[in-house]
Amino acid sequence: MHLLRGAAAIVGAADTEVGVVPDKNPTQLCAQAIHGALADAGLSLADVDGLITANSMAEPYMYHAEMMAEYLQIFPRHTLSLGAGGGASFAALHQAASAIVTGMATTVVVAMADCLRTGLSRDQAMAMQSASGHPQFERPYGPTVPAFYGLVARAYMNTYGTGPEHFAAVAVNARDHASRHEGAQMREPIAVEDVLNSRMIADPLRLLDCSLVSDGGSAVVLTSAELARDLKQKPVYLLGAGEGHSYEHISASDNLVSSGAADAGRRAYEMAGMGPGDIDVAGIYDCFTPVVLIELEDLGFCGKGEGGDFVAEGNLGLGGSLPTNTHGGLLSHSHSGNPGSMFALSECVFQLRQQAGNRQVADAQTALVHAQGGILSSHCTVILGTEVS
Amino acid sequence: MSIHEGKNLPRPTPETQPFWDAAREHRLLIQQCADCNTHQFYPRSYCTNCGSGNLDWVEADGRATIVSYSVIDRPVSKAYSDPNSAILALVKLTEGPQMMTNIVDCDPADIAIGDPVTVVFEDWTDEISIVKFKRQEG
Repeated sequence: MHLLRGAAAIVGAADTEVGVVPDKNPTQLCAQAIHGALADAGLSLADVDGLITANSMAEPYMYHAEMMAEYLQIFPRHTLSLGAGGGASFAALHQAASAIVTGMATTVVVAMADCLRTGLSRDQAMAMQSASGHPQFERPYGPTVPAFYGLVARAYMNTYGTGPEHFAAVAVNARDHASRHEGAQMREPIAVEDVLNSRMIADPLRLLDCSLVSDGGSAVVLTSAELARDLKQKPVYLLGAGEGHSYEHISASDNLVSSGAADAGRRAYEMAGMGPGDIDVAGIYDCFTPVVLIELEDLGFCGKGEGGDFVAEGNLGLGGSLPTNTHGGLLSHSHSGNPGSMFALSECVFQLRQQAGNRQVADAQTALVHAQGGILSSHCTVILGTEVS
Repeated sequence: MSIHEGKNLPRPTPETQPFWDAAREHRLLIQQCADCNTHQFYPRSYCTNCGSGNLDWVEADGRATIVSYSVIDRPVSKAYSDPNSAILALVKLTEGPQMMTNIVDCDPADIAIGDPVTVVFEDWTDEISIVKFKRQEG
């Protein structure tokens, strides 16, 4: 059995307020999330000897995790600032569990926050838009992030005959979930026609195919399975983790309709000793609607090209076969950049602890979260469960 | 050339300088491995297939096919609001490598994945010309 399987558990999780939060800066939100997650775990700052963060765009520091440790006045045995875009959050979990198993640290906090909605200067916003492009061989062409994903969307439609109404079904599902979440940024229910009638951003992607731009932060606390058993919350064990890294720039992709999610998922399933059919609830990175279809397929929840029908049939709903992004996802809950997928993680933790309130998936015992960074570039899948055996 | 002011001007590096020097002369240079014959783009110091450092610069024939494209309705900045910046595309060169580009001088409604295109060059400054593509005639 893999060394990491069931060796570490998430024992605390907390989100800050999200959406439009003009009265708080990223460092403040990050500290708030850390304090919240520790309180949730029944632990204090003195228990933390590992800290993993991702930098903020609105308030960047040269060495971000060092900065947060300094701000909190903690002196960990292990720190790491990760840079893998949206994929950083679960790569951080993978790293945190490894640090716990190897004895680099006993109790590790993973925390991220940013203010992309209200905290960016005009220059920072411009820099962010084109930052993911290759400086010599992509950026001169004026790409936007939606246009990069537009390339993926059109290739997907062309390969599988998928229509914009299939993409729209993803957005409708996300909004339906967000309508049940008091903290979500966008809660007004929408229909497929609303997505199809929203303004074009980067053809074939329309406004409601695109995720939000948000402020917000989230943190989780991990410790060893042994210590986790005596803490306040029911432990959520890390049963599997896997990464897949195919390229940095979309122009280096040799297949626009499948991704490193296939590698990441396979590795995570192998470690967990589980398959797609064993998953009760999921958090799937939904920066743009077509990405959800590609990831669902690559992670084995349906066959290649079947993602559109899988979503349109209602499988991602609360009563479906795979309730997904029950907090509303990046499309309707919030997308504050690096922290974005942290909210899918905390939601799955709440689901497995049966604390998701009116969004609770009955008797959810296992969860899969998947995040990707860049333009389908870096992928990480994590499988969580309430029992190790 | 003022219409290109404000665009993201590439800064050549020692590895890529021959590519940009050729582009200025309206020639599309890519690399070919002298050991395994693999073509590659963007320029690197080692062959992506066999790891050899024995690379030659060769002129591409300038023909390619559209792999995918997106039509940008909300440009990244005002500098990119001209029609020849509106279609972002990936194209696959006859020699094999893929590159990002803009498809120029055409209506977005007239193109499709798989369409043949040929290289054109857009002069931005005295040092920099940008490699773009247009629909193949005929």
